[in-house]
Amino acid sequence: MKTRSTNSLLIKGGHLIDPAARIDAPMDILLEEGRVAEVALPHKIKGADEKFDARGLIVTPGFIDLHVHLREPGQAHKETIATGTAAAAAGGFTSVCTMPNTAPVADSVEWVQWLRQPERGAVVNVFPIAAATHASKGATLTDFRSLQRAGAIAVTDDGKPILEDDIMRAALVLGGELNFPVVQHAEDTRMTEHCSMHAGARSFRMGLRGMTAAAEADIVERDVQLAMQIPNSRLHVAHLSTADALKGVRRGKRARARVTCEVTPHHFTLTDDDVRDYDSRYKMNPPLRSASDLEAILVALADGTVDAIATDHAPHAAHEKEMEFERAAFGITGLETALALAVTRLHREKRIPLARVVELFTAGPARCFDLRGRGSLGRGCFADVTIFDPKRKWTFEAAKSLSKSRNTPFDGWQLTGKVVATIVGGKVAYGA
Amino acid sequence: MSAARGSLLGIEHLEAAEILKILKFARRMNPDKPRPLLKGKRVVLLFYEASTRTRSSFELAAKVLGAHTVLIQAAGSSIEKGESLLDTGYTLRAVGADVIVIRHPSAGAPHVMARHIDIPVINAGDGLHEHPSQALLDAYTILRSKKSFKGLQVAIIGDIFHSRVARSACHLLSKVGVKVILCGPPELVPEIASTLAPGVRVTRHVEDALRGTDVVMLLRVQKERLAGQKINLPDYIARYQMTAARLKTAKRDAIVMHPGPIIRGLELTSEVADGVQARILEEVRNGVPTRMAILARAVGKMR
Repeated sequence: MKTRSTNSLLIKGGHLIDPAARIDAPMDILLEEGRVAEVALPHKIKGADEKFDARGLIVTPGFIDLHVHLREPGQAHKETIATGTAAAAAGGFTSVCTMPNTAPVADSVEWVQWLRQPERGAVVNVFPIAAATHASKGATLTDFRSLQRAGAIAVTDDGKPILEDDIMRAALVLGGELNFPVVQHAEDTRMTEHCSMHAGARSFRMGLRGMTAAAEADIVERDVQLAMQIPNSRLHVAHLSTADALKGVRRGKRARARVTCEVTPHHFTLTDDDVRDYDSRYKMNPPLRSASDLEAILVALADGTVDAIATDHAPHAAHEKEMEFERAAFGITGLETALALAVTRLHREKRIPLARVVELFTAGPARCFDLRGRGSLGRGCFADVTIFDPKRKWTFEAAKSLSKSRNTPFDGWQLTGKVVATIVGGKVAYGA
Repeated sequence: MSAARGSLLGIEHLEAAEILKILKFARRMNPDKPRPLLKGKRVVLLFYEASTRTRSSFELAAKVLGAHTVLIQAAGSSIEKGESLLDTGYTLRAVGADVIVIRHPSAGAPHVMARHIDIPVINAGDGLHEHPSQALLDAYTILRSKKSFKGLQVAIIGDIFHSRVARSACHLLSKVGVKVILCGPPELVPEIASTLAPGVRVTRHVEDALRGTDVVMLLRVQKERLAGQKINLPDYIARYQMTAARLKTAKRDAIVMHPGPIIRGLELTSEVADGVQARILEEVRNGVPTRMAILARAVGKMR
């Protein structure tokens, strides 16, 4: 048992942005016993044993990433929970939701429990998302109730969409009964066979078969229709990338269906025109889309249609990426560059208020998966805090990443906005 | 690492002056007259995909220039055992290759290899992407029948979508100022094809493509690459097959080209294939001097 002296930490002098609590002001925060004990105007809180000087810095609820691949079990050569969560902490994330497309697929209570065991060495909170169907084969639903009880916070067949209408309907019905979100990787894979990038002028020029926007939008449309019909069902659209898919999400939200969605930093930063020289660091799924899709996403990030920024952190070993573009694995890492890309592209270039950017990393994702006590720093909330410098310029060097993998297109990018400290349960998990 | 000097990965990033220089040098190359420009060099022909014309003419070109050639095909090599593209490249480099000529079913494979090894890489066709030596030999062939590229109009009819020949041809012809008309059904000739290069347009009507055209370039419908798309062949034949009657719409001195293999009775009739306007076998013949020039350029001997 730890003594009280190691359990209280005062973050003082910083500027607190807590969108859930509607706070955007200089505030001091006292963390005690893993919880927020007090939030008060500067200099009002006395007597903590440890202090963190946050002068000139932004203090926010700990960031939540709804979409990461930590590759365990089975693919530890790409990433482990220990290395992946270390990278998460360096990126300001205090909670990550892990995708079940591991080897084997995390479709059972045993694997959900295994992911949460202390032996995994996680330095941030790990919330497993379990498979929605057995082995993510899309045929029979997993045992949602038991998975939820074991600690899974949602279900998905990420990487493989649930194509069959009946299965998706059944998943949403059961999820609705349990208040359990169904996360969909929206891609009609019948339309994207052999495709390795977005269908457009660039793919035609490069001689690569392209994934159409319709392959994403059609599935979103179908799912939103189902969500509108099925009482209490909760649909979360993963890594949404097209303007047409946004239309479906908007329709669902207007109809008060429980539809949420996330967008990745790469989809609000890059377009298909950035795919050059068959460099597979620009290959991911969904692919980089057209400039007009990116514009639509920027609007949706600003206007509230998008609920969360999620990284889709997808580490791969060099030998799985450095090959023929069409054969290379889909996916890029993203945990350590997410905040800086958001500050640089969304806040500084597109003038989206910093409070909105913070909401997309905190209150927004917490709402999507009902992460109670997270995504806000109200009294009694978990002592998960992210502290960053919104003005600091830095250069991201993939070679220095804490992830096991280096597959990122942002190597060498000059960015603004740097995480200074990440506090998980009142303890510093990362300090620059 | 960028590609080694002398590499030929595609036409898209070649300058017009360089294209004309290669064509000019090719005219000085005579397949019947050995020239030891590549004496003692090792040229590896790395073929991941079937080929008759390209492979044999690169091999002959290398031999006429005095090089040793090694042919490696996917079947019967370590590629079959799962060796990666890059490891194959490193292995060939270690064996002492001076030039790698690569054909691969995957677009960009030569580019990936060229990024990792320090010898020239020549793209002999990569997936649906480019086939630069074919475009050069076609340009060479055009110049044998036409005085210059000035004012020319070329109609490319057929399966543009799946054709690396068409992509390279569009880039090349556009760079030297030729007007290009792409013709075929939307499944094979998407509208977006017109964005390939300046001066390229798309039409659905074969008469429209042929009117005022100096060069009719026909392409095979690549059934093996259709990937689920369905093409109604009788309909295609009715609308796009090159017949002697249709050919009359083109200029009187128009020539007919085809990169082969030709399918008689599909994209063209035998009458056209064997007619006086056809240059199909001449293209094959011209492959050797053109590829001699490309190989000489690879080793810095194109002077």
